[in-house]
Amino acid sequence: MTAVTLTVNGTERSLDVEPRTLLVHALRDDLGLTGTNVGCDSSSCGACTVLVDGQSAKSCTMFAVQADGAGITTIEGVADADGTLHPMQQAFHENHALQCGYCTPGMVMAAISLVEEYPGLDENGVRHGLEGNLCRCTGYQNIVDAVLAAAGSGGD
Amino acid sequence: MTITEDAPAGHVGSRRLRKEDPALLTGEAKFIDDLALPGAIWVGVVRSTEAHANIVGIDGSAALEIDGVNEVLSGEDLAPLWGEGALPCAWPVTPDMKNPAHLPVARGTAKYVGDAVAVVLADSRYAAADGAAAVVVDYEPLPAVVEIEDAVADGAPLVHADLESNECYTWGLWGDNAPAIDAAFAEAAHVVSERYLQQRLIPAPMEPRGCAAVPSPAGGELTLYSATQIPHILKVMTAVVLGIPENKLRVVAPSVGGGFGCKLNVYAEEILCSALAMQRGAPVRWTEGRAEAAVSTIQGRGQVQHIELAADADGKVTAVRVKLLADMGAYLQLVTPGVPLLGGFLYHGCYDIPNYMFECTSVFTNRTPTDAYRGAGRPEATYAVERAMDSLAVSVGVSPEEIRARNFIGADAFPYTSSAGLIFDSGDYQTVLDKAVALADVDGRRAEAAQRRASGSSKRIGVGFSSYVEMCGLAPSRVLASLDYGAGGWEAATVRISPTCKVQVVTGSTPHGQGHETCWSMIVADKLGVDPDDVEVLHSDTAVSPTGLDTYGSRSLAVGGTAVYMATEKVIDKARAIAAHQLEASEDDLEFSGGVFSVRGTPEAEVPLAGIAFAAFTAHDLPDGMEPNLEAHVTYDPPNFTFPNGTHIAVVEVDTDTGDVDLIDYVAVDDCGVQINPLIVEGQVHGGILQGAAQALYEDAVYNSDGQLVSANLGDYLVPSAAEAPRFRLDSHATPSPTNPMGVKGVGEAGTIAAAPAVINAVVDALRDLGVTDVDMPASPQTVWRAIADAQGGAS
Repeated sequence: MTAVTLTVNGTERSLDVEPRTLLVHALRDDLGLTGTNVGCDSSSCGACTVLVDGQSAKSCTMFAVQADGAGITTIEGVADADGTLHPMQQAFHENHALQCGYCTPGMVMAAISLVEEYPGLDENGVRHGLEGNLCRCTGYQNIVDAVLAAAGSGGD
Repeated sequence: MTITEDAPAGHVGSRRLRKEDPALLTGEAKFIDDLALPGAIWVGVVRSTEAHANIVGIDGSAALEIDGVNEVLSGEDLAPLWGEGALPCAWPVTPDMKNPAHLPVARGTAKYVGDAVAVVLADSRYAAADGAAAVVVDYEPLPAVVEIEDAVADGAPLVHADLESNECYTWGLWGDNAPAIDAAFAEAAHVVSERYLQQRLIPAPMEPRGCAAVPSPAGGELTLYSATQIPHILKVMTAVVLGIPENKLRVVAPSVGGGFGCKLNVYAEEILCSALAMQRGAPVRWTEGRAEAAVSTIQGRGQVQHIELAADADGKVTAVRVKLLADMGAYLQLVTPGVPLLGGFLYHGCYDIPNYMFECTSVFTNRTPTDAYRGAGRPEATYAVERAMDSLAVSVGVSPEEIRARNFIGADAFPYTSSAGLIFDSGDYQTVLDKAVALADVDGRRAEAAQRRASGSSKRIGVGFSSYVEMCGLAPSRVLASLDYGAGGWEAATVRISPTCKVQVVTGSTPHGQGHETCWSMIVADKLGVDPDDVEVLHSDTAVSPTGLDTYGSRSLAVGGTAVYMATEKVIDKARAIAAHQLEASEDDLEFSGGVFSVRGTPEAEVPLAGIAFAAFTAHDLPDGMEPNLEAHVTYDPPNFTFPNGTHIAVVEVDTDTGDVDLIDYVAVDDCGVQINPLIVEGQVHGGILQGAAQALYEDAVYNSDGQLVSANLGDYLVPSAAEAPRFRLDSHATPSPTNPMGVKGVGEAGTIAAAPAVINAVVDALRDLGVTDVDMPASPQTVWRAIADAQGGAS
């Protein structure tokens, strides 16, 4: 077992993991943060997307030990403490950008990162920027609209 | 003061945001793999790597050396858990249908890649996966049947050696009409005869399957948690297969991450975990991997279709004749044999075709079982008839919209009795098509296409039509009986009003993304005059919703929603009796509006629902003989199906140099009857269209000649991303269904049913002047390029 220290959603957490433990399983199984989902085993679907030091990353494609010392933001950490949704979450709600909701945490985290990294994206930019996150329910239109709305509202 | 206050603006019909969202947006919602079950035994399933093989030996010694792996069990070892019990098929479509025993873990012979052959029990998910990978299975390969048509070839190997052939059943629908059909074809001015392939599809909801069985050994109870669309049906079936008394069994579907039909089943892992949990007295759980899902969860489609149309000189179709070969896979799952029948009534599409003949022969192959996938039979039927209608239009020399117009069932013909024996409820197909044509600017697109052709551009434009009608609202129980389905088609609802006038709705429908909580709240809120946020909707747990038949076939609103509507009316009837008692008035003189009962002509005599609710709770002063509390239960059995319909138009740009197809516009005009929440309707249509377009352009469960699935993960199986998806442009035209009081029809599958033929018709339209008359699905660049090359007389 290997000791790993992560700052998750602003709180420092220390845990002992097998070296091969994937970051997503450390978050879900060791820290109980089950909002981050696993949708595939080939880094294709993006359901497990989190922020690692502010950059979106597929947490099924990283070992927990690789994140040692890093700051991790998961879907549980983006709304305000009083429950006010993050502007991206709010935009997803207002645009009906989720149905079953399984891809949603990863999609929201990817979108937050995308909008922050590339201000002023147009529709085509959003569509290509979210290529690594699959949704089977929505046909993406409302997701794209939500991301454009959140970007336009200055929501990060 | 007026006699009754104006009712608040209705919620039904508004774009109300979903109450389901906050839990899903914050990670609070719990999916199956999120459940914390300390001490659970993790199951890893060893799956056959051979399409057809005798299992000669299973060596678990290497697996057992792995830390955390505790047991390796073969099908023989596990046999006592279920005895002769096999996985259930609820739809024996003919008396002589072959249904070979489908054991949760195979004994003796593996019949498809993915067939469970052994099980590893471990302390953790990693140990279970390691252990399953370390089990060595000694196979003696047998000849495998992979493709559908090979299954019926002379001398084909047998999937099931104890059967005489690979034929599962033959089912037909033509009555005594054969001579008339032959005459229609003999006299026809135009005959279209086409063969289409419906490739196998992997449903791929974003959440794979999973289940966890948690026993209470002291009392002998078991709770089965499963990522399922059908907790109620799963409960009955698990009880029957394992002999667990139903009163000792509870099934819970937690948040479910999409289903699309593939979670409408009773799977080996659910039976396995339940049986082991009962035996071991400990929780037993399993979570499916994505590549595992490709072979262990049912697949969709898998048909070879032969369709013939006979038409007179004007292109009026006089007969349709369909012969289908359908791939069941190696075994029958819950409704596998019934899927082709669901399409079997709809091969005349939305056209008035007097003579109808449908025959389906279903066969076993050494592949993963097929079963319901979004649309289930209806997308296949719509594809065949809509592709054939385009061929007929070419033969007659008219446009696709003109051939449709000449054959549509007229708006004045409803209720319309179809030649396949259904009674269509309502529709105005021509108006719907006209709206779509205008919205898509078909003339403008055709001008653009002509310009591109004239200029010799390699970027061709094509416009493709698909007019569809589907049968939803499954289903009248007596009709299901006539089709030999093993259950009814009703749905149940309970509506309760609490002492503080909050509302509890219990529904037998089982949402997994459709927004039932929001829509049911809107329906009830409007009727009771309360705020939708004061309505809670309980579902998906047989302990709180004991009666139900779950969610599939676009049935939830038309059947489950109607039950909720009727239960609410029943509660109002009881409240009215209490109000009349309190106001010393006749029930007939009471009005109920905005949540207040008032006496006509005596405006000061009124009592709010809240007052009635509290009075019903205290029961201090109720009419003689009345039971306390405001609660009503309804089980609604629909008198007919509903028939949503629409016209979709796809516009594609095809690169004739590369074969690449770009979907550049997509217009859909749908008639799903009255819409409860247009926001949710549009979301269903968007997602449905992309799934149908994905069949047309991207998705294919590709098997090689050895029966190996070579597109098993999401790197190879091309679920489209936002980058491939077009912007959809929608409109609607509602003809309320007379079948139910709200006039609703259902919309969950419409997009998927309509989209594939619209897209392929567009691709063929773009290439028709090059001599291309058909392009197989998926229309990948290679397939399209070859179709062009073949039409041009071979690749140069």
